[in-house]
Amino acid sequence: MIVALIGVIALVSVNALFLIWMERKVAAHIQLRPGPMEVGFHGALQTVADAIKLIGKELITPEEVDRPIYLLAPIVIFLPVLVLFLVIPFAPNLIIRDLNVGILLIFAFSSLTVLSILMAGWSSNNKYSVFGAIRSIAQNIAYEIPLLITAMSIILMVGSFKLSAIVAAQDKVWFVVIQPLAFLLYIICATAETNRAPFDIPEAESELVAGFHTEYSGMRFGLFFLAEYTNMFVVSAVATVLFLGGWRGWILPPVVWFLIKVYAIIFLIMWFRWTFPRLRFDQLISFAWKVLIPLAFVNLLVTALAIKLF
Amino acid sequence: MMLEPGIEEKTFYLNLGPQHPSTHGVLRILLEMDGEFIANSEPVIGYGHRAHEKMAELRTYQQYLPNMGRVDYLHALAYNHGYCLAVERLAGIEVPERAEFIRVITSELNRIASHLLWFGAYLLDLGAFTPFLYCFDDRENVVDILDRVTGSRLTYCYFRFGGVRDDIDDEFIAGCRAFITRLRSRWQDYDDLVTKNVIFINRTRDVGIITPEQALKYGVTGPCLRGSGIPYDIRRSEPYSVYPLFDFEIPIGERGDIMDRYVVRLREMEQSLRIIEQALDKLPNGPIMAEKVPKRLKPAEGEVYAAVESGRGEFGTYIVSKGDTKPYRIKLRVPSFSNLSIISELIKDTLVADMVAILGSLDLVIPEVDR
Repeated sequence: MIVALIGVIALVSVNALFLIWMERKVAAHIQLRPGPMEVGFHGALQTVADAIKLIGKELITPEEVDRPIYLLAPIVIFLPVLVLFLVIPFAPNLIIRDLNVGILLIFAFSSLTVLSILMAGWSSNNKYSVFGAIRSIAQNIAYEIPLLITAMSIILMVGSFKLSAIVAAQDKVWFVVIQPLAFLLYIICATAETNRAPFDIPEAESELVAGFHTEYSGMRFGLFFLAEYTNMFVVSAVATVLFLGGWRGWILPPVVWFLIKVYAIIFLIMWFRWTFPRLRFDQLISFAWKVLIPLAFVNLLVTALAIKLF
Repeated sequence: MMLEPGIEEKTFYLNLGPQHPSTHGVLRILLEMDGEFIANSEPVIGYGHRAHEKMAELRTYQQYLPNMGRVDYLHALAYNHGYCLAVERLAGIEVPERAEFIRVITSELNRIASHLLWFGAYLLDLGAFTPFLYCFDDRENVVDILDRVTGSRLTYCYFRFGGVRDDIDDEFIAGCRAFITRLRSRWQDYDDLVTKNVIFINRTRDVGIITPEQALKYGVTGPCLRGSGIPYDIRRSEPYSVYPLFDFEIPIGERGDIMDRYVVRLREMEQSLRIIEQALDKLPNGPIMAEKVPKRLKPAEGEVYAAVESGRGEFGTYIVSKGDTKPYRIKLRVPSFSNLSIISELIKDTLVADMVAILGSLDLVIPEVDR
């Protein structure tokens, strides 16, 4: 178990460092520039240098904050993310705990992110932070519902909450072929769940400066940052399991296939961020309640009907 | 926002600025918020006050020229033009035709640079980061072209009383033509990726509507006024320089919302390209400076007002001369100031996100507001 924990922490850190580098490179190439080039090969060590800088920075605690909650928030956002890695099936024999409620555990723990954002926003005693926190809660609740419903339509087909069973059920055809609408809905909701553009309302910098983490500096800010990228990895991993056949592939070892698919989805999410403008808060919420949730329900009903008929 | 229990407060105050990412300068807007809605607002200006008008009283006419590039640094050449125009009218200086053509060409190039910068920065306000870099890539061309002839990249001081400082050469003309081709090839991309983007349309359609009556009441000018459907452009309605020689349209909007202002600016860039093209074709030979402009200008007693169309609207210079080498008083009528004054009315009862979108759509240059 301890080996697994160390493994997870190592994976989380290396993955976050890689993703931040990747995001910079993706952004740069979309924007006609080369991105970081100086530190290491094509700037590969740039994020390591940045991490060292962040750790070395002074941790400023503003005077008027609600101290215990303010200090707890970055930890609360980061710990649940670690738990999620327990059940992700990287390869047939590379699952730390193949729980029979794996997918439920993931959704349950990823919902905790909202709590931490609320804690950070409220305790900062800053109006911009409170705005960010309130928006974030409304948004995450609104987008969690369609996310769960789309996942449910897959679970209906498999008949199990077990992630390895879901992968096993895709031995003939990936679920993305059978459930394209569900995949689309899932990607949209996942982007919103991770607070990524065009749904980055909680930290919309042109309106709210930096949203809920305005008052955080140094490694405390770093933890929020780390959590965002790790969350991105988790939602992409779940998408891979649910729709893209998990570790399935040819010639290459299963774990490589799994990571290729995950990073492909992450690339897609990054692509969104650097291409779209931001939605307005009310448009975002009504999009979730009036479009995504009904669509997800219809999809679920059709799935159930099809299973009953065939 | 930590309220005492039992005390009911419906609204609270939010201080937007003076340091805030979307004010693009040191503008402060005091917002009285009702949740996410703005109940009342009040812009507070003056953080970047540099006493430009007072400085004019202490300097000779020539010494005041460099100030003009710093009032509105984004369309500096229009301000050069406006001031030179006023002084030339005051002192009765005739500008040779070639100089007028060069003035028009450089000024229009600068207008394109200004609009491109607005386009990029505005989308940045709406959360789209990438167009910013594309616009700067295009704008870089203009800046390079102008750098060749004016010697600076931002705060130009190129026009002189009676002409311009340096003549343009073949390389400048070739650069301009290459730029025209390049920018024209970009319109399609901008339209496909931004104008037709559904999120962008939702953010800008029917948001921040300025009615023609409101616009006239507040003295709004420039693309903001034309977006409301009033075809008022100084280049056409009170022609100066050689603008009457060229064929160009005044694009106007219909509804007066953000989208209309956006479209007006995009189409204005195309019209500027047309003007430049025609000016390059018709460019006459001859001197670039009027003869016998005295080193120490001493205009006769009198008053003069001259207005030019800057990227943001009507820029007027009002000079009172008492027959001295220094102006007695200069009043700068800057468009951003009038355009800003409408903001409180526009953002009433809108969301914070809309406020950012509306503020950005007015294309304010805050140092110009403060002067």
